[in-house]
Amino acid sequence: MTLTPNSPNYSSDTDPAIKEFNTTKLLKNARKQAEDRNYKDFFICDVDSHHYETEALPEILQYMDDPVLRHLGMSAGNVGRAGLIPQAIGSQDMAGRVTRYAGRNKEVVPEKPHRDITLTRRWMDAMGVDMACLFPTPMLLLATHPQPEVEVAMARAYNRWLCERILEEDKRIVSMVYLPMNEPHEAEKMIDEFAERKGVVGFLSTGYLKRPVHDNVNMRIYAKLEEHGMPLGFHAAYHWADSSLAQLNKFISVHALGFSFCNIIHMTNWVLNGMPERFPKLKTMWIESGLAWIPFLMQRLDNEYMMRTSDAPLLKKKPSDYMREMFYSSQPIELVDNKEALEVTFKMINAESQLLYSSDYPHWDMDLPSTIYDIPFLGEKAKRDILGGNAQKLFNLDPVMSDWKLEARKAG
Amino acid sequence: MAEKLLCASSDISDTTARICEVEGVEIGVIRHKGTIVAYRNVCPHQGGPVCEGLKMPRVCVEFDEQRRPLRQNFDTAEMHFVCPWHGWEFKIETGEAVGDSKIRLSRYKVVERDENVYVEI
Repeated sequence: MTLTPNSPNYSSDTDPAIKEFNTTKLLKNARKQAEDRNYKDFFICDVDSHHYETEALPEILQYMDDPVLRHLGMSAGNVGRAGLIPQAIGSQDMAGRVTRYAGRNKEVVPEKPHRDITLTRRWMDAMGVDMACLFPTPMLLLATHPQPEVEVAMARAYNRWLCERILEEDKRIVSMVYLPMNEPHEAEKMIDEFAERKGVVGFLSTGYLKRPVHDNVNMRIYAKLEEHGMPLGFHAAYHWADSSLAQLNKFISVHALGFSFCNIIHMTNWVLNGMPERFPKLKTMWIESGLAWIPFLMQRLDNEYMMRTSDAPLLKKKPSDYMREMFYSSQPIELVDNKEALEVTFKMINAESQLLYSSDYPHWDMDLPSTIYDIPFLGEKAKRDILGGNAQKLFNLDPVMSDWKLEARKAG
Repeated sequence: MAEKLLCASSDISDTTARICEVEGVEIGVIRHKGTIVAYRNVCPHQGGPVCEGLKMPRVCVEFDEQRRPLRQNFDTAEMHFVCPWHGWEFKIETGEAVGDSKIRLSRYKVVERDENVYVEI
Protein backbone atom coordinates (compact mmCIF):
# COMPACT_ATOMS: atom_id res chain seq x y z
CA MET A 1 0.00 0.00 0.00
CA THR A 2 1.29 3.45 -0.93
CA LEU A 3 0.71 6.05 1.69
CA THR A 4 0.20 9.66 0.76
CA PRO A 5 2.90 11.81 2.34
CA ASN A 6 1.58 13.89 5.20
CA SER A 7 0.30 17.24 3.99
CA PRO A 8 1.46 20.33 5.78
CA ASN A 9 -1.13 21.97 8.00
CA TYR A 10 -2.00 25.12 6.14
CA SER A 11 -4.03 26.57 9.00
CA SER A 12 -2.12 25.75 12.16
CA ASP A 13 -2.65 27.65 15.38
CA THR A 14 0.69 29.35 14.89
CA ASP A 15 -0.24 30.92 11.57
CA PRO A 16 -0.20 34.70 11.93
CA ALA A 17 -3.72 34.80 10.48
CA ILE A 18 -5.02 32.80 13.44
CA LYS A 19 -2.86 33.41 16.48
CA GLU A 20 -3.64 36.54 18.45
CA PHE A 21 -6.92 36.80 16.58
CA ASN A 22 -8.88 39.99 17.07
CA THR A 23 -12.18 40.91 15.41
CA THR A 24 -11.38 44.62 15.22
CA LYS A 25 -8.10 43.90 13.45
CA LEU A 26 -9.66 41.39 11.07
CA LEU A 27 -12.30 43.95 10.12
CA LYS A 28 -10.08 47.05 9.94
CA ASN A 29 -10.89 47.41 6.23
CA ALA A 30 -14.59 47.31 7.06
CA ARG A 31 -14.14 50.21 9.47
CA LYS A 32 -12.36 52.14 6.73
CA GLN A 33 -15.32 51.51 4.44
CA ALA A 34 -17.65 52.79 7.16
CA GLU A 35 -15.65 55.97 7.52
CA ASP A 36 -15.14 56.52 3.79
CA ARG A 37 -18.87 56.15 3.13
CA ASN A 38 -19.95 58.35 6.02
CA TYR A 39 -22.05 55.73 7.74
CA LYS A 40 -21.93 58.07 10.74
CA ASP A 41 -24.67 60.08 9.05
CA PHE A 42 -27.32 57.37 9.20
CA PHE A 43 -28.67 54.39 11.11
CA ILE A 44 -27.66 50.88 10.10
CA CYS A 45 -29.44 47.81 11.42
CA ASP A 46 -28.31 44.27 10.67
CA VAL A 47 -31.34 41.96 10.77
CA ASP A 48 -29.47 38.65 10.66
CA SER A 49 -26.28 38.15 12.63
CA HIS A 50 -25.05 35.32 14.80
CA HIS A 51 -23.14 34.20 17.81
CA TYR A 52 -22.02 30.72 18.83
CA GLU A 53 -24.37 29.94 21.67
CA THR A 54 -22.82 26.54 22.34
CA GLU A 55 -19.75 28.33 23.71
CA ALA A 56 -22.01 29.55 26.52
CA LEU A 57 -23.86 26.27 26.91
CA PRO A 58 -23.07 25.76 30.62
CA GLU A 59 -24.63 29.19 31.28
CA ILE A 60 -27.62 28.51 29.05
CA LEU A 61 -28.32 25.19 30.72
CA GLN A 62 -28.75 26.96 34.06
CA TYR A 63 -31.97 28.32 32.57
CA MET A 64 -33.29 24.88 31.58
CA ASP A 65 -36.32 23.59 33.46
CA ASP A 66 -35.65 19.88 32.92
CA PRO A 67 -32.87 18.77 35.32
CA VAL A 68 -32.29 15.52 33.44
CA LEU A 69 -31.66 17.29 30.15
CA ARG A 70 -29.57 19.87 31.99
CA HIS A 71 -27.47 17.03 33.38
CA LEU A 72 -27.17 15.53 29.89
CA GLY A 73 -25.64 18.77 28.67
CA MET A 74 -23.40 19.30 31.68
CA SER A 75 -22.16 15.79 32.40
CA ALA A 76 -18.46 15.12 32.07
CA GLY A 77 -17.40 14.70 28.49
CA ASN A 78 -20.65 16.10 27.16
CA VAL A 79 -20.20 19.81 27.74
CA GLY A 80 -20.77 21.19 24.32
CA ARG A 81 -23.75 20.19 22.33
CA ALA A 82 -23.82 16.41 22.60
CA GLY A 83 -27.35 15.10 22.61
CA LEU A 84 -28.97 18.50 22.74
CA ILE A 85 -28.25 20.20 19.44
CA PRO A 86 -27.86 18.37 16.11
CA GLN A 87 -24.46 18.74 14.54
CA ALA A 88 -24.18 19.53 10.86
CA ILE A 89 -21.62 17.97 8.57
CA GLY A 90 -19.98 20.62 6.45
CA SER A 91 -16.84 22.73 6.40
CA GLN A 92 -18.23 26.18 7.09
CA ASP A 93 -14.72 27.54 7.58
CA MET A 94 -13.41 26.06 4.30
CA ALA A 95 -10.81 23.96 6.08
CA GLY A 96 -9.47 26.92 8.00
CA ARG A 97 -9.38 29.37 5.10
CA VAL A 98 -11.93 31.64 6.80
CA THR A 99 -9.76 32.37 9.79
CA ARG A 100 -12.33 33.77 12.21
CA TYR A 101 -13.65 30.27 12.93
CA ALA A 102 -10.31 29.04 14.29
CA GLY A 103 -9.36 32.42 15.70
CA ARG A 104 -12.54 33.16 17.63
CA ASN A 105 -11.65 31.04 20.65
CA LYS A 106 -8.34 32.86 21.01
CA GLU A 107 -9.83 36.33 21.08
CA VAL A 108 -9.19 38.07 24.36
CA VAL A 109 -12.09 40.00 25.90
CA PRO A 110 -12.51 41.83 29.20
CA GLU A 111 -14.33 40.09 32.05
CA LYS A 112 -17.36 42.32 31.56
CA PRO A 113 -19.65 42.71 29.71
CA HIS A 114 -20.57 39.21 28.56
CA ARG A 115 -18.07 37.80 26.04
CA ASP A 116 -20.76 37.56 23.35
CA ILE A 117 -21.64 41.23 23.83
CA THR A 118 -18.02 42.30 23.45
CA LEU A 119 -17.49 40.18 20.34
CA THR A 120 -20.75 41.41 18.83
CA ARG A 121 -19.98 45.06 19.54
CA ARG A 122 -16.55 44.67 17.96
CA TRP A 123 -17.83 43.54 14.57
CA MET A 124 -20.76 45.96 14.72
CA ASP A 125 -18.46 48.91 15.38
CA ALA A 126 -16.08 47.81 12.63
CA MET A 127 -18.81 47.53 10.03
CA GLY A 128 -20.73 50.63 11.08
CA VAL A 129 -23.73 48.65 12.30
CA ASP A 130 -25.67 50.41 15.06
CA MET A 131 -28.17 47.73 16.01
CA ALA A 132 -28.10 44.01 15.28
CA CYS A 133 -30.66 41.25 15.42
CA LEU A 134 -28.70 38.38 16.97
CA PHE A 135 -29.44 34.73 16.29
CA PRO A 136 -27.83 31.47 17.42
CA THR A 137 -25.72 29.26 15.12
CA PRO A 138 -25.86 25.50 15.86
CA MET A 139 -29.43 25.92 17.08
CA LEU A 140 -30.49 26.81 13.53
CA LEU A 141 -30.65 23.05 13.08
CA LEU A 142 -32.47 22.40 16.35
CA ALA A 143 -35.79 21.90 14.53
CA THR A 144 -34.33 18.74 13.00
CA HIS A 145 -33.70 17.21 16.43
CA PRO A 146 -35.54 13.87 16.57
CA GLN A 147 -36.81 14.63 20.11
CA PRO A 148 -39.25 17.55 20.07
CA GLU A 149 -39.07 17.83 23.86
CA VAL A 150 -35.35 18.53 23.59
CA GLU A 151 -35.99 21.23 21.02
CA VAL A 152 -38.50 22.89 23.33
CA ALA A 153 -36.30 22.68 26.43
CA MET A 154 -33.24 24.03 24.60
CA ALA A 155 -35.25 26.79 22.96
CA ARG A 156 -36.77 27.98 26.24
CA ALA A 157 -33.43 27.89 28.08
CA TYR A 158 -31.70 29.75 25.24
CA ASN A 159 -34.40 32.38 24.98
CA ARG A 160 -34.29 33.02 28.72
CA TRP A 161 -30.50 33.21 28.73
CA LEU A 162 -30.48 35.49 25.68
CA CYS A 163 -33.01 37.88 27.20
CA GLU A 164 -31.36 38.05 30.61
CA ARG A 165 -27.67 37.93 29.75
CA ILE A 166 -27.52 39.69 26.40
CA LEU A 167 -30.63 41.69 25.47
CA GLU A 168 -31.10 43.18 28.94
CA GLU A 169 -27.47 44.28 28.96
CA ASP A 170 -27.08 45.95 25.57
CA LYS A 171 -29.76 48.05 23.92
CA ARG A 172 -27.96 47.81 20.57
CA ILE A 173 -28.67 44.07 20.37
CA VAL A 174 -32.16 42.70 19.68
CA SER A 175 -33.48 39.33 18.56
CA MET A 176 -36.34 37.41 17.04
CA VAL A 177 -36.36 34.62 19.57
CA TYR A 178 -36.56 30.90 18.83
CA LEU A 179 -40.02 29.49 18.20
CA PRO A 180 -40.28 25.69 18.49
CA MET A 181 -42.66 25.24 15.56
CA ASN A 182 -42.62 21.45 15.87
CA GLU A 183 -44.50 21.70 19.19
CA PRO A 184 -47.20 24.30 18.49
CA HIS A 185 -48.64 24.46 22.02
CA GLU A 186 -45.15 25.12 23.37
CA ALA A 187 -44.57 27.72 20.67
CA GLU A 188 -47.70 29.53 21.86
CA LYS A 189 -46.39 29.52 25.44
CA MET A 190 -43.08 30.83 24.16
CA ILE A 191 -44.82 33.81 22.57
CA ASP A 192 -46.60 34.57 25.85
CA GLU A 193 -43.39 34.33 27.83
CA PHE A 194 -41.15 36.41 25.58
CA ALA A 195 -43.20 38.80 23.46
CA GLU A 196 -42.86 41.67 25.92
CA ARG A 197 -39.25 41.07 26.95
CA LYS A 198 -36.74 43.82 26.30
CA GLY A 199 -35.06 43.49 22.94
CA VAL A 200 -37.46 40.88 21.55
CA VAL A 201 -38.59 42.21 18.17
CA GLY A 202 -40.15 39.07 16.71
CA PHE A 203 -40.07 35.27 16.63
CA LEU A 204 -38.06 32.90 14.50
CA SER A 205 -38.85 29.67 12.71
CA THR A 206 -35.62 27.90 11.77
CA GLY A 207 -34.80 25.63 8.88
CA TYR A 208 -36.70 22.54 7.88
CA LEU A 209 -39.73 21.69 10.03
CA LYS A 210 -41.44 18.41 10.78
CA ARG A 211 -44.80 19.72 9.55
CA PRO A 212 -45.52 22.18 6.75
CA VAL A 213 -45.98 25.80 7.76
CA HIS A 214 -49.65 25.78 6.76
CA ASP A 215 -50.51 22.81 9.03
CA ASN A 216 -53.70 23.45 11.00
CA VAL A 217 -51.91 22.99 14.31
CA ASN A 218 -49.98 26.17 13.63
CA MET A 219 -52.93 28.51 13.26
CA ARG A 220 -52.99 29.59 16.90
CA ILE A 221 -49.29 30.46 16.69
CA TYR A 222 -49.92 32.84 13.83
CA ALA A 223 -53.00 34.32 15.49
CA LYS A 224 -51.02 34.95 18.65
CA LEU A 225 -48.17 36.60 16.75
CA GLU A 226 -50.70 38.77 14.97
CA GLU A 227 -52.27 39.77 18.30
CA HIS A 228 -48.88 40.76 19.67
CA GLY A 229 -47.94 42.60 16.48
CA MET A 230 -44.80 40.47 16.28
CA PRO A 231 -43.21 39.62 12.93
CA LEU A 232 -42.36 36.02 12.10
CA GLY A 233 -38.98 35.25 10.55
CA PHE A 234 -38.20 32.17 8.51
CA HIS A 235 -34.47 31.64 8.89
CA ALA A 236 -33.33 29.17 6.25
CA ALA A 237 -30.86 26.39 6.91
CA TYR A 238 -29.52 23.51 4.88
CA HIS A 239 -30.34 19.96 5.84
CA TRP A 240 -28.11 17.58 3.95
CA ALA A 241 -30.20 14.58 4.91
CA ASP A 242 -33.27 16.02 3.20
CA SER A 243 -34.11 13.59 0.41
CA SER A 244 -34.09 16.26 -2.29
CA LEU A 245 -30.59 17.40 -1.29
CA ALA A 246 -29.07 14.05 -0.39
CA GLN A 247 -27.63 13.47 -3.88
CA LEU A 248 -25.47 16.58 -3.64
CA ASN A 249 -21.89 15.60 -2.83
CA LYS A 250 -20.30 18.91 -1.98
CA PHE A 251 -20.83 21.45 0.76
CA ILE A 252 -20.94 24.26 -1.82
CA SER A 253 -23.78 22.44 -3.57
CA VAL A 254 -25.92 21.75 -0.54
CA HIS A 255 -25.30 25.22 0.86
CA ALA A 256 -26.05 27.05 -2.39
CA LEU A 257 -29.29 25.16 -2.96
CA GLY A 258 -30.32 24.17 0.55
CA PHE A 259 -30.78 27.64 2.02
CA SER A 260 -32.89 28.86 -0.88
CA PHE A 261 -34.75 25.57 -1.20
CA CYS A 262 -35.74 25.71 2.47
CA ASN A 263 -37.48 29.04 2.04
CA ILE A 264 -38.87 28.13 -1.39
CA ILE A 265 -40.71 25.23 0.27
CA HIS A 266 -42.02 27.32 3.15
CA MET A 267 -42.96 30.27 0.93
CA THR A 268 -44.81 28.08 -1.58
CA ASN A 269 -46.88 26.56 1.20
CA TRP A 270 -47.36 29.91 2.88
CA VAL A 271 -48.67 31.68 -0.20
CA LEU A 272 -50.64 28.97 -1.98
CA ASN A 273 -52.45 28.02 1.22
CA GLY A 274 -53.56 31.60 1.60
CA MET A 275 -51.76 32.41 4.85
CA PRO A 276 -51.45 36.10 3.97
CA GLU A 277 -55.24 36.19 3.52
CA ARG A 278 -55.88 34.31 6.76
CA PHE A 279 -53.46 36.41 8.81
CA PRO A 280 -53.30 39.74 6.96
CA LYS A 281 -51.65 41.60 9.84
CA LEU A 282 -48.88 39.06 10.36
CA LYS A 283 -45.65 40.34 8.86
CA THR A 284 -43.14 37.78 7.64
CA MET A 285 -39.44 38.12 6.91
CA TRP A 286 -37.56 35.56 4.82
CA ILE A 287 -34.00 35.25 6.02
CA GLU A 288 -30.70 34.08 4.54
CA SER A 289 -31.66 32.65 1.19
CA GLY A 290 -30.13 35.39 -0.94
CA LEU A 291 -32.37 37.21 -3.40
CA ALA A 292 -32.24 35.30 -6.68
CA TRP A 293 -34.79 32.73 -5.51
CA ILE A 294 -37.52 35.34 -5.11
CA PRO A 295 -37.99 36.35 -8.77
CA PHE A 296 -37.64 32.69 -9.72
CA LEU A 297 -40.44 31.65 -7.40
CA MET A 298 -42.63 34.63 -8.26
CA GLN A 299 -42.47 33.72 -11.94
CA ARG A 300 -43.01 30.00 -11.39
CA LEU A 301 -45.95 30.43 -9.05
CA ASP A 302 -47.65 33.19 -11.07
CA ASN A 303 -47.38 31.19 -14.27
CA GLU A 304 -48.99 28.09 -12.77
CA TYR A 305 -51.49 30.02 -10.65
CA MET A 306 -53.04 31.73 -13.68
CA MET A 307 -53.78 28.28 -15.14
CA ARG A 308 -54.81 26.67 -11.88
CA THR A 309 -56.54 29.29 -9.74
CA SER A 310 -58.87 26.53 -8.53
CA ASP A 311 -55.90 24.89 -6.79
CA ALA A 312 -55.39 27.96 -4.64
CA PRO A 313 -58.88 29.33 -3.97
CA LEU A 314 -57.89 31.47 -0.99
CA LEU A 315 -55.80 33.79 -3.13
CA LYS A 316 -57.27 37.11 -4.24
CA LYS A 317 -54.29 38.11 -6.29
CA LYS A 318 -51.23 36.55 -7.86
CA PRO A 319 -48.64 34.82 -5.63
CA SER A 320 -46.05 37.45 -6.52
CA ASP A 321 -48.39 40.19 -5.28
CA TYR A 322 -48.34 38.61 -1.83
CA MET A 323 -44.61 38.00 -1.95
CA ARG A 324 -44.02 41.64 -2.83
CA GLU A 325 -45.63 42.65 0.45
CA MET A 326 -43.30 40.48 2.55
CA PHE A 327 -39.87 41.36 3.89
CA TYR A 328 -36.52 39.89 2.91
CA SER A 329 -33.07 39.96 4.45
CA SER A 330 -30.34 40.73 1.94
CA GLN A 331 -27.57 38.23 2.64
CA PRO A 332 -26.01 36.45 0.80
CA ILE A 333 -26.74 38.93 -1.94
CA GLU A 334 -25.69 37.56 -5.33
CA LEU A 335 -23.20 40.10 -6.71
CA VAL A 336 -21.01 38.33 -9.25
CA ASP A 337 -21.44 39.65 -12.82
CA ASN A 338 -25.20 40.18 -12.48
CA LYS A 339 -25.95 43.90 -12.23
CA GLU A 340 -28.89 43.77 -14.63
CA ALA A 341 -30.42 40.74 -12.93
CA LEU A 342 -29.95 42.37 -9.55
CA GLU A 343 -31.72 45.53 -10.67
CA VAL A 344 -34.66 43.51 -11.97
CA THR A 345 -34.74 41.58 -8.71
CA PHE A 346 -34.84 44.80 -6.68
CA LYS A 347 -37.76 46.04 -8.77
CA MET A 348 -39.66 42.76 -8.53
CA ILE A 349 -39.48 42.63 -4.73
CA ASN A 350 -40.02 46.35 -4.09
CA ALA A 351 -36.64 46.31 -2.45
CA GLU A 352 -36.71 49.95 -1.48
CA SER A 353 -39.35 49.21 1.16
CA GLN A 354 -39.18 45.40 1.60
CA LEU A 355 -35.47 44.61 1.71
CA LEU A 356 -33.51 44.72 4.97
CA TYR A 357 -29.74 44.63 5.16
CA SER A 358 -28.22 41.61 6.89
CA SER A 359 -24.59 40.60 7.41
CA ASP A 360 -24.85 37.03 8.73
CA TYR A 361 -21.59 37.82 10.49
CA PRO A 362 -19.51 35.94 11.62
CA HIS A 363 -20.46 33.22 9.16
CA TRP A 364 -18.27 32.55 6.14
CA ASP A 365 -20.50 34.20 3.52
CA MET A 366 -21.12 37.41 5.46
CA ASP A 367 -21.97 40.67 3.72
CA LEU A 368 -20.77 44.13 4.66
CA PRO A 369 -23.07 47.18 4.49
CA SER A 370 -21.14 48.21 1.35
CA THR A 371 -22.85 45.36 -0.52
CA ILE A 372 -25.94 47.59 -0.35
CA TYR A 373 -24.34 51.02 -0.18
CA ASP A 374 -22.25 50.51 -3.34
CA ILE A 375 -25.11 49.31 -5.56
CA PRO A 376 -25.04 51.82 -8.43
CA PHE A 377 -28.75 51.91 -9.26
CA LEU A 378 -29.91 52.79 -5.74
CA GLY A 379 -30.42 56.36 -4.60
CA GLU A 380 -29.17 57.56 -1.21
CA LYS A 381 -32.62 57.29 0.42
CA ALA A 382 -33.13 53.74 -0.82
CA LYS A 383 -29.69 52.75 0.45
CA ARG A 384 -30.40 54.17 3.88
CA ASP A 385 -33.83 52.57 4.04
CA ILE A 386 -32.46 49.14 3.15
CA LEU A 387 -29.55 49.53 5.54
CA GLY A 388 -31.66 50.63 8.48
CA GLY A 389 -34.89 52.50 7.85
CA ASN A 390 -36.90 49.46 6.79
CA ALA A 391 -35.79 47.50 9.86
CA GLN A 392 -36.65 50.45 12.07
CA LYS A 393 -40.21 50.40 10.71
CA LEU A 394 -40.69 46.63 10.70
CA PHE A 395 -39.40 46.16 14.24
CA ASN A 396 -40.66 49.48 15.57
CA LEU A 397 -37.13 50.19 16.77
CA ASP A 398 -35.98 53.08 18.82
CA PRO A 399 -32.67 53.54 16.98
CA VAL A 400 -29.53 53.48 19.11
CA MET A 401 -26.52 54.85 17.28
CA SER A 402 -23.06 53.46 18.00
CA ASP A 403 -20.76 55.57 20.16
CA TRP A 404 -18.12 56.03 17.49
CA LYS A 405 -20.66 57.47 15.06
CA LEU A 406 -21.96 59.92 17.65
CA GLU A 407 -18.40 60.99 18.42
CA ALA A 408 -17.59 61.33 14.72
CA ARG A 409 -20.64 63.52 14.26
CA LYS A 410 -19.56 65.77 17.12
CA ALA A 411 -16.09 66.01 15.62
CA GLY A 412 -17.72 67.15 12.39
CA MET B 1 5.28 57.52 -10.38
CA ALA B 2 7.13 57.87 -7.09
CA GLU B 3 9.35 55.18 -5.68
CA LYS B 4 8.79 54.59 -1.97
CA LEU B 5 10.76 52.52 0.50
CA LEU B 6 8.73 49.51 1.53
CA CYS B 7 11.08 47.64 3.88
CA ALA B 8 14.46 45.95 4.11
CA SER B 9 14.98 42.92 1.88
CA SER B 10 15.66 40.85 4.96
CA ASP B 11 12.15 41.67 6.28
CA ILE B 12 10.49 39.74 3.48
CA SER B 13 9.90 36.03 3.89
CA ASP B 14 8.60 33.43 1.48
CA THR B 15 6.08 32.07 3.94
CA THR B 16 4.04 35.02 5.21
CA ALA B 17 3.23 38.30 3.51
CA ARG B 18 4.60 41.35 5.28
CA ILE B 19 2.08 44.17 5.48
CA CYS B 20 3.59 47.62 4.91
CA GLU B 21 1.77 50.93 4.87
CA VAL B 22 2.72 53.47 2.23
CA GLU B 23 0.85 56.78 2.08
CA GLY B 24 -2.13 55.31 3.86
CA VAL B 25 -2.29 52.24 1.63
CA GLU B 26 -1.57 48.78 3.01
CA ILE B 27 0.59 46.64 0.75
CA GLY B 28 1.24 42.94 1.23
CA VAL B 29 4.70 41.86 0.07
CA ILE B 30 6.11 38.36 -0.14
CA ARG B 31 8.96 36.53 -1.80
CA HIS B 32 7.52 34.00 -4.21
CA LYS B 33 9.54 31.70 -6.47
CA GLY B 34 12.55 33.95 -6.03
CA THR B 35 10.71 37.14 -6.95
CA ILE B 36 9.24 39.77 -4.67
CA VAL B 37 5.58 40.46 -5.38
CA ALA B 38 3.46 43.20 -3.82
CA TYR B 39 -0.29 43.63 -3.84
CA ARG B 40 -2.71 46.10 -2.30
CA ASN B 41 -4.07 44.46 0.85
CA VAL B 42 -7.68 44.85 -0.25
CA CYS B 43 -9.74 42.05 -1.74
CA PRO B 44 -11.67 43.02 -4.89
CA HIS B 45 -14.66 41.10 -3.51
CA GLN B 46 -15.74 42.99 -0.39
CA GLY B 47 -12.48 44.62 0.65
CA GLY B 48 -10.99 42.07 3.03
CA PRO B 49 -7.29 42.08 4.02
CA VAL B 50 -6.47 39.54 1.35
CA CYS B 51 -2.72 39.33 1.96
CA GLU B 52 -3.20 38.54 5.65
CA GLY B 53 -5.02 35.26 5.20
CA LEU B 54 -3.67 31.78 4.77
CA LYS B 55 -1.30 30.91 1.93
CA MET B 56 -2.57 27.71 0.40
CA PRO B 57 -1.90 25.64 -2.71
CA ARG B 58 -4.38 25.02 -5.47
CA VAL B 59 -6.59 22.00 -4.90
CA CYS B 60 -6.62 19.58 -7.81
CA VAL B 61 -8.24 16.24 -8.56
CA GLU B 62 -6.40 13.15 -9.75
CA PHE B 63 -8.27 10.75 -12.05
CA ASP B 64 -7.83 7.17 -13.10
CA GLU B 65 -7.77 6.12 -16.77
CA GLN B 66 -11.58 6.18 -16.88
CA ARG B 67 -11.73 9.74 -15.51
CA ARG B 68 -12.98 8.59 -12.16
CA PRO B 69 -11.59 10.75 -9.34
CA LEU B 70 -8.96 8.90 -7.36
CA ARG B 71 -8.32 11.62 -4.81
CA GLN B 72 -7.86 15.33 -4.34
CA ASN B 73 -4.41 16.75 -3.84
CA PHE B 74 -2.56 19.98 -3.19
CA ASP B 75 -0.60 21.42 -6.12
CA THR B 76 2.16 23.31 -4.37
CA ALA B 77 3.43 24.69 -7.69
CA GLU B 78 0.49 27.12 -7.59
CA MET B 79 0.18 28.95 -4.29
CA HIS B 80 -2.71 31.24 -3.42
CA PHE B 81 -3.48 34.08 -1.10
CA VAL B 82 -6.78 33.24 0.59
CA CYS B 83 -8.81 36.21 1.72
CA PRO B 84 -9.68 35.56 5.37
CA TRP B 85 -13.10 37.21 5.10
CA HIS B 86 -14.75 34.93 2.53
CA GLY B 87 -12.13 32.58 1.14
CA TRP B 88 -11.68 34.15 -2.30
CA GLU B 89 -8.37 32.79 -3.63
CA PHE B 90 -5.79 34.60 -5.76
CA LYS B 91 -2.67 33.25 -7.48
CA ILE B 92 0.32 34.75 -5.70
CA GLU B 93 2.31 34.74 -8.93
CA THR B 94 -0.13 36.85 -10.97
CA GLY B 95 -2.77 38.19 -8.59
CA GLU B 96 -5.55 36.59 -10.65
CA ALA B 97 -8.67 35.33 -8.89
CA VAL B 98 -8.81 31.57 -9.16
CA GLY B 99 -12.51 31.65 -10.01
CA ASP B 100 -12.28 34.37 -12.68
CA SER B 101 -8.98 35.55 -14.14
CA LYS B 102 -10.54 38.90 -15.13
CA ILE B 103 -10.59 39.80 -11.44
CA ARG B 104 -7.15 40.63 -10.07
CA LEU B 105 -5.45 41.98 -7.03
CA SER B 106 -3.98 45.42 -7.49
CA ARG B 107 -0.27 44.85 -8.09
CA TYR B 108 2.65 47.17 -7.46
CA LYS B 109 5.97 47.22 -9.27
CA VAL B 110 8.75 46.35 -6.85
CA VAL B 111 12.47 47.13 -7.04
CA GLU B 112 15.06 45.51 -4.81
CA ARG B 113 18.17 47.66 -4.41
CA ASP B 114 20.93 47.93 -1.81
CA GLU B 115 19.21 45.40 0.43
CA ASN B 116 16.03 47.46 0.49
CA VAL B 117 12.73 46.99 -1.28
CA TYR B 118 11.01 49.90 -3.03
CA VAL B 119 7.57 50.10 -4.51
CA GLU B 120 6.29 52.36 -7.27
CA ILE B 121 3.13 54.09 -6.13
